[in-house]
Amino acid sequence: MFSIDGLQEILYTIKHNKLRTGLTAFGVFWGIFMLILLQGAGKGLLNGVSSRFANDVQDSLWIFPRRTSMPYMGYNANRNIVFTESDMDAIRRQIPIVRHLSSENTTGSFGSSIVVAYGSRTANASVFGVSDQYFDIKSLIEIRHGRPLNRLDQLQGRKIGFIGTRVAEQLLPPGQDPIGQRISINGISIVVGGVFWDKGQQGRMSERIYLPLSTFKNIFGGGDRLGLLTLRPTADSDPYTLADQTAQLLRQRHHIAPEDKRAIWVINIAEQLRETKALFAAIEGFIWFVGFGTLTAGIVGVSNIMLITVRERTREIGVRKALGAGPGAIIGPLLLESVLVTGFAGYFGLVVGVGLIELVAYLFQSLGLRNDLFVNPEVDFRIAITALAVLMSSGLLAGLAPALKAARISPVEAMRADAQ
Amino acid sequence: MIKLEAIHKYYGTAAQRLHVLKGIDLHIEPGEMVAIMGSSGSGKSTLLNIIGLLDGFDRGQYQLDGKRIHRLRESDAARLRNRCIGFVFQSFNLLPFKNALENVALPLFYQNVGRRQRNARAQQYLEMVGLGNRGTSMPNQLSGGQKQRVAIARALVTQPKVLLADEPTGALDSVTTGEIMALFRQVHQQGNTLVIVTHEADVAARCQRRIVLQDGLIASPALEHTQM
Ligand SMILES: Nc1ncnc2c1ncn2[C@@H]1O[C@H](COP(=O)(O)OP(=O)(O)OP(=O)(O)O)[C@@H](O)[C@H]1O
Ligand SMILES: [Mg+2]
Repeated sequence: MFSIDGLQEILYTIKHNKLRTGLTAFGVFWGIFMLILLQGAGKGLLNGVSSRFANDVQDSLWIFPRRTSMPYMGYNANRNIVFTESDMDAIRRQIPIVRHLSSENTTGSFGSSIVVAYGSRTANASVFGVSDQYFDIKSLIEIRHGRPLNRLDQLQGRKIGFIGTRVAEQLLPPGQDPIGQRISINGISIVVGGVFWDKGQQGRMSERIYLPLSTFKNIFGGGDRLGLLTLRPTADSDPYTLADQTAQLLRQRHHIAPEDKRAIWVINIAEQLRETKALFAAIEGFIWFVGFGTLTAGIVGVSNIMLITVRERTREIGVRKALGAGPGAIIGPLLLESVLVTGFAGYFGLVVGVGLIELVAYLFQSLGLRNDLFVNPEVDFRIAITALAVLMSSGLLAGLAPALKAARISPVEAMRADAQ
Repeated sequence: MIKLEAIHKYYGTAAQRLHVLKGIDLHIEPGEMVAIMGSSGSGKSTLLNIIGLLDGFDRGQYQLDGKRIHRLRESDAARLRNRCIGFVFQSFNLLPFKNALENVALPLFYQNVGRRQRNARAQQYLEMVGLGNRGTSMPNQLSGGQKQRVAIARALVTQPKVLLADEPTGALDSVTTGEIMALFRQVHQQGNTLVIVTHEADVAARCQRRIVLQDGLIASPALEHTQM
């Protein structure tokens, strides 16, 4: 049934209905093309959103001191809050559900960079002083060389640094083993102990250098002040409870009004992730919705055309039956035609769609366009192949009703029908 | 070869039933050449279609080549049509987008005969009907008589036991009709069974036996036979 001869007959009928076949094919082409484009754009959006997240553990809290917004207990509004080691001690003592607790200091205003040197080579980097357990909280950071800072580094105030890949690339000549190299920060010599990659802020978090807090304070001063506190809850607890308890304790310790929401800023990664996940789900749902509509439109279009084909060829089908064509010999070629048209047009749409997405991605890269909301549009190849498979089976499905109708045509009626 | 007993055929819905065949008894022996005549609407085509398994019947018995025909599945009917029966129609019914040779070869396609053998046999039958050199002609390049010859070649290419023709000369002039009838006689002489539905007395006269349908029944068995 699916012989070369059968194929030739199908190609023949397709050739003789060029416009009609072309229009159907275009419908299918357009459907899958749009599906691929949407999918690519959606992926770009998702990539954009997820690249904003650093390698932060999902249950981590980041607590920033700010400025009070209302007077309380005899204190004026607009008072700067400052966290210190004693806050950390208090948290450790009074909140049992803390699993890890650490702090972070930066140079100047948050994240502003300074020049660091390796021999005659220089690079810009943000330098951070972090307490013990910091890398138990930022535990998803990718270690490329060496090791992160440890407890002994902290206790002994070692002059050791954990540097980001972007710093290492700028500072060290290619091929140079970074471990043990001495770099200069504000004239102080620091030994490189490890290199990391952090995808946060589209990789800008890899432009950092982490130092033990005491070493940092030796270089930059800063007294007792801590830039921010960061925590993780114990396994049997959750970040929401921990956030509430810690914020309450800190408010109490710093005489902040309970209703003052601005004095302490808590970033709860879990909550952000939850919101993002909801967004992801909505985007994905939309894409599926559109995809489903596209496929349905494709099925209906092809099915309609095949019905017209069958009606036009009623007499021919009648004659073939009179000559001994069984139901299979009638159904087979019609199904094959439907699948061929759908498959080829769908494949073409797939190729053009993927090509366009790749082109856009290439332009983004080569023009250095950086947009936080749209990063690396790409096609999930599995989804594309799945779409094509679904399209082929839709072709089958679309051809099925018309083909069965053709198989039911009575040859007597068929040959009488057009005779007049 | 063909054995019909008390065949009844109705058309239409239960409410508005048209009793077309009202008990046809007909035996046709192997190698006979039979003409079916009768006025328009008397049920000639209906009878031929039942014989040719293109249509079913409502009551009665039908045996084709010793096999009882009863509620055949479509695929079995198709196989029987393909192997046992050849059809020739008034309006030729050649597929317009296939050339003469391909039209003749088509029934063999449904027997899964290979292309080369199919074309060789089709060519042989085209030669038999005198169109050996017109294999590549498309149907619209052929005259009515030539088209009917191609159709006859197509009907014979599977070497069926029975050739059924529904007004095969209805669309042809008298000279061409003569030629086609000569061809049928030749087919008959090779031992085939032929059933030809016709209005034309001279066509009927060239058959061995005539059956006249009248109001859904066979009218005059007494007048049937002529000497050939
Ligand atoms: N599918 C059908 N539905 C309803 N009535 C039908 C159908 N086919 C045939 N008939 C009726 O059955 C009767 C016999 O039709 P049939 O075609 O067998 O006649 P015929 O003898 O071949 O006539 P003609 O010489 O005009 O071809 C006619 O009255 C016709 O109207
Ligand atoms: Mg008729």
